[in-house]
Amino acid sequence: MTNTIKEVQNSECMFIIGSNTTENHPVIGAMMKQAKDKGAKLIVADPRRIELSNYADVYMQIEPGTNIALLNGMMNVIVEKKLYDKKYIDDRTENFEELVELVKEYTPERVAKICGINEEDIIKAATIYAKANSAGIYYAMGITQHSTGTHGVMSISNLALMCGNVGKEFGGVNPLRGQNNVQGACDMGGLPADLPGYQKVFKEEVVEKFEKAWGSTLSTKVGLTIPEILDGCEDDSIRFLYIMGENPMVSDPDINHVKKALTNVDFLVVQDIFLTETAQLADVILPASSFAEKDGTFTNTERRVQRVRKAIEPIGQSKPDWQIIMEIMNTLGYKKKYLNSSSIMEEIASVTPQYGGISYKRLEADPMGLQWPCLDENHPGTPILHKEAIARGRGLFMPCEYVKSAELPDKEYPFIFTTGRILYHYHTRSMTGRVEGLNILAPSSYVEINEITARKMDIKDGDLVKLSSRRGEIETTAKVTDIIDEEVLFMPFHYAEGAANYLTNTSLDAISKIPELKVAAVKMEKAKKIEEAL
Amino acid sequence: MKINIDNKSYEVANDSTILEVCKLLNIDIPTLCYDERLTPHSACRMCLVEVEGAKNLVTSCSTRVRDGMRVFTNNEKVRSARREVLDLLLSNHPMECLNCEKSGRCKLQNYAYEYDLVDGTFKGETRKGEIDSSNPFYIYDPEKCILCGLCVRVCDELQCSHAIGFEDRGFDTIVATPFREGLINSECVSCGNCVSVCPVGALVPKSLEKFRHWETKEVRTTCSYCGVGCQIDLKVKDDKVLGAQPAFDGVNQGLLCVKGKFAYKFISHPDRLKTPLIKKNGEFVEASWEEAYRLIRQKATNIKEESGADSFAGLTSARCTNEDNYLFQKLFRAVIGTNNVDHCARL
Repeated sequence: MTNTIKEVQNSECMFIIGSNTTENHPVIGAMMKQAKDKGAKLIVADPRRIELSNYADVYMQIEPGTNIALLNGMMNVIVEKKLYDKKYIDDRTENFEELVELVKEYTPERVAKICGINEEDIIKAATIYAKANSAGIYYAMGITQHSTGTHGVMSISNLALMCGNVGKEFGGVNPLRGQNNVQGACDMGGLPADLPGYQKVFKEEVVEKFEKAWGSTLSTKVGLTIPEILDGCEDDSIRFLYIMGENPMVSDPDINHVKKALTNVDFLVVQDIFLTETAQLADVILPASSFAEKDGTFTNTERRVQRVRKAIEPIGQSKPDWQIIMEIMNTLGYKKKYLNSSSIMEEIASVTPQYGGISYKRLEADPMGLQWPCLDENHPGTPILHKEAIARGRGLFMPCEYVKSAELPDKEYPFIFTTGRILYHYHTRSMTGRVEGLNILAPSSYVEINEITARKMDIKDGDLVKLSSRRGEIETTAKVTDIIDEEVLFMPFHYAEGAANYLTNTSLDAISKIPELKVAAVKMEKAKKIEEAL
Repeated sequence: MKINIDNKSYEVANDSTILEVCKLLNIDIPTLCYDERLTPHSACRMCLVEVEGAKNLVTSCSTRVRDGMRVFTNNEKVRSARREVLDLLLSNHPMECLNCEKSGRCKLQNYAYEYDLVDGTFKGETRKGEIDSSNPFYIYDPEKCILCGLCVRVCDELQCSHAIGFEDRGFDTIVATPFREGLINSECVSCGNCVSVCPVGALVPKSLEKFRHWETKEVRTTCSYCGVGCQIDLKVKDDKVLGAQPAFDGVNQGLLCVKGKFAYKFISHPDRLKTPLIKKNGEFVEASWEEAYRLIRQKATNIKEESGADSFAGLTSARCTNEDNYLFQKLFRAVIGTNNVDHCARL
């Protein structure tokens, strides 16, 4: 997030696109509802009529995969009505003319057809957003998990820049990040081209700095992303795979492909707290301690670094992840030892500019933690990014054309299949699946089907249906609803039984390599009852 | 502006209530229905204070300070009024402290002790009602409820789920879902934010573990589910996590969701992996850490010799700490010698 969570409650205008906030970031969702109660304007765009859309001033039920068309359409209206912030554009941005040129083609009339919504709603949404003194955009995987995900984010940035909403309180470009420490894992260099602090592995001065700090020789070759690693496991170019705290056998697209890869790799190490579907394929499993058994820090979606504190002793012989990794480093000949997680943070601060001023001592002193960038020990942290000036100098408009999803419905696979999370489970259920109450509230996999579609196909709520795509097939339970369009099906991806990801498409965004988990083409049939099948 | 509290003069901000001013000055005023996040409710009458010149005692939670105001927070008149309020509440409250899970954390119990009340003196009918135990995570007991309304207002004003409200009138009033259809059939999303604010034992988590609050310690940490980063206090007894309470001074401002509040039981679940496991002939066999590390060293050494560092890859984790992630990528880059490190950021 460029801005902070605290601002949400006092927003003037919120635009929620591709985020089911009340289910996936429930506390932020509650704050959005509080803001609405206090008079904020709310615009929602989502293929499902999610809870927030019930309170929205404008709700647009867009077809999955059409975000960029909608965003360009809103910008078209803002340009036509001259509602953009001319001074901000002149003072702080560049390349506006090219954007104006591109969005000309995205008339509300044309966009309404692409997205399957009303022209008036596009105009209304654009007008509300642009007329607000400050307006925040909040998005999640509904924007990013597309073969055009990066362009989706750029289009959001275009819209925010055009109305002067970047670097402004209650405004901003605010991705709501799904996992507790996905921000931190990225910050720490858990990415194939980035050392800690997004310092590039191919830059000479960067590599030199880290070689000196770590006392070893580093590769300057950009590494592989997860989909490429899995391909490598299949074609034997990857022979040793070490997976920590991740369950691709449920979470990744095309599970049949994942299984082939993980079964084929020479040596698979899995480190986890439970025997997950992925761990079952391992050669060695290392038992890790849960968050309640270790010290450390998580960085939340607003870049806030906060303490994790040990509440109980490690279960069984399990160990904190950092300790296991350190011992493996030691066994492989790297002699450095860390006495505790605090000393690791000291090293992080010494090589990561954004974390330069972060230490356990400071985190203990303030229960609110610190928001990076926090450059040195006297730096107060940075609640709002780009406030004084846009970080790169001038905000760059990156006009993006709308491009259709990689796999579209056709005669054989007539439905658009989209996936997401629900309130009562978390990711692959390795934790929440072991909480009885959650299983009572959300026991098993299901697919949301529009009531008209269901009636046409003689499917009743609770019936077993068979879904298939070009990659696999599953059986799951029908949930007949009116919150989704007739040609769209939605499934939560949490469940290993009847897992949605047997169907999803591995097609990737060319820039970020994110898979297109939000759009695949599937067909649906009523599943045969067991007695009929016999 | 200047005001006088208990015969001392103070300079105060002019848009505050008497209670807010007293909180800032560390002057203790008892409350049952007050929550700084909510609009004042003036229901419990525990925060009564005397204002010179006023006809009656006033509720300090909803009375704003005025220049020159003289306030008495703890004189005999005030204490006796509060004692009367407590007496009325206790007279309509089951005296089950010996077996009540809230014992030790119950504001009513604490104030009864502070104001020297053993039992209610107004003998007669007491409110009857059935416990709503339809939600898997918590129960509502109308007989223990003191109708402070904190739960209703948190659900309305902060969680904005509007799942519960006051039903009936006067003596029969209880907190209930529309048409008394039960929590499980309401708009309730099981966030437990009502449970977190209940000052008595009316809303309590369902728990199989027996514990007394004074036997537990609380450890402040960060919730491990989504990216909001809610601050929670884990309640611990005998090396086991038995509950979670939202922090008021964190980003979450005293709120949690169903997972943060109630989904902690995985921590001590019997399925937890407790030793390293090595697969032998298709079956996992328990191993020591040394055996596991030895096998990893052998494989790593052989594969590196045969196929080079770029035949290694690692998936680090958005679920683990910064320190875990930092070391993981360092292992691959500085020790093994490849940049093949990625994680589930895109999933």
